[in-house]
Amino acid sequence: MLHISTLHYLVLGAALFLLGVIGVLTRRNVVIVLMSIELILNAVNLNLVAFSRYWQGIHGPGALHGQVFAIFVITDAAAEAAVGLGILIAFFRNKETVNVDEVNLLKW
Amino acid sequence: MNPPVATPFFFYLLAATMIVGGILVITRKNAVHSAMALITTLLAQAGIYLMLYAPFVAGVQIILYAGGIMVLFLFVIMLINMERSVKERQFNKQWLVGIVAAAALGGLFIAVYTTTTKGKMLFPEGRMSFGEDQNTQAIASLLFDRHAGQYMFAFEIASLLLLVAIIGAVVMAKKRI
Repeated sequence: MLHISTLHYLVLGAALFLLGVIGVLTRRNVVIVLMSIELILNAVNLNLVAFSRYWQGIHGPGALHGQVFAIFVITDAAAEAAVGLGILIAFFRNKETVNVDEVNLLKW
Repeated sequence: MNPPVATPFFFYLLAATMIVGGILVITRKNAVHSAMALITTLLAQAGIYLMLYAPFVAGVQIILYAGGIMVLFLFVIMLINMERSVKERQFNKQWLVGIVAAAALGGLFIAVYTTTTKGKMLFPEGRMSFGEDQNTQAIASLLFDRHAGQYMFAFEIASLLLLVAIIGAVVMAKKRI
């Protein structure tokens, strides 16, 4: 337990991923669902950077592919949060609610 | 080389901060409280990146994620009048199915991370302790170098993605197109 190996970071990432999945599946508020999606993306980033550190031990100090991928994931998360919040604003303007289960205009 | 002695202390402290912040994000009624807890989680994650010898990604996380995306979330939370939703029911009708599905996923993670092949652990240690002084230069050479850069195309596509996201967000949030 005392020496922090790669597996410690992976387990931490898995725990954050589970918290994000629970948030996405059980909450009604759209903003909190979007924030849970950000939690999931952060867990993935933690895995990527932990594996990049693991690769640096094998392939030398220039093997930073995981960190570059993590930077791209952060960029993608920014774009997705912006578009998601834009959709939320447009929906709130029409229906005055932020609950996910009231988005049922296409239900039969 | 011996790792620094304070590494387990900082790892467990930051990991506990992240887990507590994550639990607060998914259980708070008020969305501003959730956003504050998520900012705490992101800053603790930047600390974990520093422990993994990734100072550039830690800086990007603080500036972009905690300082950009979460500020955008807070703007939208302040714009939308959510006083009514604090008094409503917070968890939807299929919350039990959601927790069962997440527990199944957690079981899968435990099964993967505790398998050992021939008695060895999954990712055996091979790490040496590198300095952090060439990290930004190495990332820049992966992204931008003419001969060694494999991610130049992905970088250009990412800038195109940001352009599409800007146009999409403006079109979505306008009153009249």
